[in-house]
Amino acid sequence: MDALRHEIWPIVSLSVLVSTTAVMLSCVLGMPLGAWLGLSAMRGKSIFQALAFAGMATPPVVVGLVLYLLLSRSGPLGDWRWLFTGKAMIFAQVILDLPFVICITMTAVESLPEELRFQLRSLGATPWQLRWTLLSESREGLMLAVITAMGRSLSEVGAVLMVGGNIEGHTRVLTTAILLETSRGRFAVALSLGAILMTMALMINILFVRLQKRYPR
Amino acid sequence: MTSVPIYRLHQVHHRLSSTFSLTIGDWQHAQGETLCLVGPTGAGKTTFLRSLTGLTEIQGGSIEFEGRQWSAGLGTLTEVRQIALVPQRPLLLSRSVRANLEYGLRLRGLRADDRVAQLLSCLGLERLAEKSAQHLSGGQIQLVALGRALVLQPKVLLLDEPAANLDPAFVALIEQVLDDWRRRYQTTLIWATHNMFQAQRVADRVAMFLNGQIVEVSDREKFFQHPDDPRTQDFVQGKMVC
Repeated sequence: MDALRHEIWPIVSLSVLVSTTAVMLSCVLGMPLGAWLGLSAMRGKSIFQALAFAGMATPPVVVGLVLYLLLSRSGPLGDWRWLFTGKAMIFAQVILDLPFVICITMTAVESLPEELRFQLRSLGATPWQLRWTLLSESREGLMLAVITAMGRSLSEVGAVLMVGGNIEGHTRVLTTAILLETSRGRFAVALSLGAILMTMALMINILFVRLQKRYPR
Repeated sequence: MTSVPIYRLHQVHHRLSSTFSLTIGDWQHAQGETLCLVGPTGAGKTTFLRSLTGLTEIQGGSIEFEGRQWSAGLGTLTEVRQIALVPQRPLLLSRSVRANLEYGLRLRGLRADDRVAQLLSCLGLERLAEKSAQHLSGGQIQLVALGRALVLQPKVLLLDEPAANLDPAFVALIEQVLDDWRRRYQTTLIWATHNMFQAQRVADRVAMFLNGQIVEVSDREKFFQHPDDPRTQDFVQGKMVC
């Protein structure tokens, strides 16, 4: 148990590091893309939207398998030497989070009245100023996107196990540690790790609820 | 007033739907003048106002603003920023009343604290300045929408029933504020209203809209005393026209 206590801190810190990095990258990439899809009137927009929605249903193990093949030594991205590293785990989580961030942002922006765009333009907004204002007006939706991506990242197990390898002190995160302890029959330890994970998820959600109250629509 | 009209429209055709089009033969408007647009609901007043913003693409004809022709009815950013619209159903940003008033200025990279404070005071919004715009009544929203347009000191102010949701005291206040503003900044006002008494109080000229067309435009006195078109006569007398 003492040895496990020494193990827990690296596991928790790696879980937080991998998840927050993945969520930040997903937001940086996904929010502008979602806003663009939500505001664009281009042809073929519905195809991109359908692809983004389909992405939300992608099984994590499939993402894990594809990334494993891409990142393995003989794969096209083998030179990166990312397999069984934290980078590969972040990569997998970004791919899994991205459709959620895109779709929630897109829906939030689209749900704003069309008339608001006209009125903002009549006040002199340039296309970029208009996009920025509409994103700001969709802030509740954007916070939901962050919460959803964070929840998904923290609870992800299939893909990170495949590309991370669950290596002690290196790529072991809370979810993969729970899986290992369960397979070893050490249910008390697995439950303790589960409680830590649930507490983290709860704390993050409380933080976002407070933020929503501070910056209401 | 300048010799070049601020607006000159020629054979403008704007198709809004399969059943409604705006068709304006020839119309021009002098700078600093107040024109009231009257006519039954659905006559095309709002569509006409929107076509004057420089943001609505037209299908035919030409619109000139200060002597420069807009391509397909679309003005440049500089031109669009000289025109402000107060819509019939204003949508405010989910920010404070003050932030809503300052929004257009910020878009232009400007600050005008004195002007914002002056308008908050004129429009009776001082005590609401830091309150969220999401908690305002319909009338207060209308006042903020007027304030956010006036603070920009536009050359042209397009007003789409700006006093529709207001009680008589606020209607008088809006008319007073707009009159002061017009005199001080030579602002051109184009004002859609259903209120004939209001049109008589504020207009230099009045235009009668029906089925997407201007059926008569004349000086206020003539419009109300001796209109040429029988449909205008009926409308002024409160009869149904179509």
